[in-house]
Amino acid sequence: MPEMAVRELTFAHAVREALAEEMRRDSRVCIFGEDVAEAGTPFKVLSGLVEEFGRERVLDTPISEAGFTGMGVGAAMTGLRPVVDIMFGDFLTLTMDQLVNQAAKVHYMSGGTWKVPMVLRTTLGATRRSAAQHSQSLHAWLSHVPGLKVAMPSTPYDAKGLLKTAIRDDNPVVFFEDKMMYKLKGPVPEQEYTIPFGVADMKREGEDITIVATSSMVQVALGAAECLEKIGVSAEVIDPRTTWPLDEKTLVESAKKTSRAIVVDEGYGRYGVTGEIASVIAEGAFYSLDAPVKRMGAMHVPIPFSPPLEDVTVPTEQTVFEAARAMCGKG
Amino acid sequence: MSIATDQARVIEGVKAEQWVRIYRRMVMIRQFEEQVNELYTRALMPGLAHLYMGEEAVAVGICEALRQTDYITSTHRGHGHCLAKGASPDRMFAELLGKEAGYCRGKGGSMHIADPATGNLGANAIVGGSAGIATGAALSSKRLGTGQVTVCFFGEGALGQGVLYEVMNLAALWKLPVIYVCENNLYNEYTHYSETTAGDMLARGAAFGVHAESVDGQDVRVVYATAERLVERARRGEGPALLVCNTYRYHGHHVGDINREYYRSKQEEQEWKTKRDPIKNFAEWMIQQKISDAAALEQMQKEVRAEMKAAVEFAIAAPYPKPEEAEQDVYA
Repeated sequence: MPEMAVRELTFAHAVREALAEEMRRDSRVCIFGEDVAEAGTPFKVLSGLVEEFGRERVLDTPISEAGFTGMGVGAAMTGLRPVVDIMFGDFLTLTMDQLVNQAAKVHYMSGGTWKVPMVLRTTLGATRRSAAQHSQSLHAWLSHVPGLKVAMPSTPYDAKGLLKTAIRDDNPVVFFEDKMMYKLKGPVPEQEYTIPFGVADMKREGEDITIVATSSMVQVALGAAECLEKIGVSAEVIDPRTTWPLDEKTLVESAKKTSRAIVVDEGYGRYGVTGEIASVIAEGAFYSLDAPVKRMGAMHVPIPFSPPLEDVTVPTEQTVFEAARAMCGKG
Repeated sequence: MSIATDQARVIEGVKAEQWVRIYRRMVMIRQFEEQVNELYTRALMPGLAHLYMGEEAVAVGICEALRQTDYITSTHRGHGHCLAKGASPDRMFAELLGKEAGYCRGKGGSMHIADPATGNLGANAIVGGSAGIATGAALSSKRLGTGQVTVCFFGEGALGQGVLYEVMNLAALWKLPVIYVCENNLYNEYTHYSETTAGDMLARGAAFGVHAESVDGQDVRVVYATAERLVERARRGEGPALLVCNTYRYHGHHVGDINREYYRSKQEEQEWKTKRDPIKNFAEWMIQQKISDAAALEQMQKEVRAEMKAAVEFAIAAPYPKPEEAEQDVYA
């Protein structure tokens, strides 16, 4: 294999590069959403794309999330490959009929005749001091719905590879980006690559405990694992990368190996992603487990504004470290 | 040229065989729906269906102005739209009975018939639910330069849905080739539209700069002539239109809605059926214009009836999908 040239890119840059490459490769790929053109979104993720691809392919819409998401569905059915931009994941509530009743069901209801190759990019994540309507992590809602795929990258490398896969997929894909991670830097090869859906990634190998973490919580889990190392606990960090399709095998195998598992996700714990993954592990690794699978998610409250309040609502390196240490009987 | 003279010119230019084809399509829809009602009353059809009887001139008049490659989106009351766009009755009945041979292999049923071959993007059971899809299809046509036009059918009940106005605004801004056809059959399910709809319907389109007009939806000639003009206008790149077709639903909200006196009188129903029936009135005009005669039209009715019966028999005899197909086609 030829050696890959690798650069350090930010998460935002990796997303932008994936979009630009796919738009160069396939003229059917287009972007629409609020302030996606010259503004490049409030997070500046899309800066420069309108200059290269023009306003025909990078379209600023009115503030009409349901309307332009629905148009994404129709455009996808009829020959375009739209990437719809929903500025904050909280605004997904406005698009729910279009995603759940339309995008997710068109292929099935039509007996497999129509397809919806649409990507909906949006954000998740708290601690930006943005209060209750700009801070939620609602990916569990969409992971619940047959017909949708849900991707949750946790590094610049994964963001680029998964987004390219999402754009090439013939199904509707909801792509969640942690808004606090846009400036995170990481290695991204210069050469073309994609990352298949439904393949978990071992972010860190370990022996004593498995920490399954998604999106924003992967960095938290890696930080906790560093601290655990210092007290002699070897933690394995597994990132499913897509909540659907879900790589159940890798999760179960890791838990069998370490005999303990914690699942950390920034969505609400109740009826959430952590519950689903914990159940997969409990069913698949039951006879190998030394402890019940532990779940860690957002506190069951609307995300508060005040920093000391907001900071206690989501798992942190410290809380994950404490939980893992307790599970391993180290204090 | 005024709208009236332009319409007269279009009507005058229609050849006899086209009027006959239009008549036949309306009869087909009427008799299709009669069979559906029969299947329901004989307990041969799972679930319910929303009958299109009384509104035939709208679907047929509009679709007559469309090419096969043009798109439509339809509604829960969609059998008429699908047939008018060219769907075949046997596969329609098969779908209504949940059979493998149906348009959706039995997965959609009455409210979700879709057919790429005739440009049918699908019927939708969410009121106003296809407005986004239709407008997105129009965006594709414009971007790809295909010259296709999309018609978004919806009932006046959808005027209460916000997404309709979101996409009308976008269609006007981007001059998209989409026509919003509002079938005002007077009732939002079990409620008269006057109780749900404030102000002027056409003004809702006009507020966005969407060309808006209304027609007598019981007169297929006028519906067709108007559609022809609006479709060509959209094809030329002159943007979207809202067309309100004033019509009437002969049956209840669905086949099971039998006792309707609490929301409308039998006398009202009778008046529409006797005085404003789109098929009867059109037949009279054809005879008067010597386009056809009573005997020929009656013969055609018989032929269509036989065709519908054969289609029903095909559907009844057709096999159900295998249970293991439940998990197929969730993902492409």
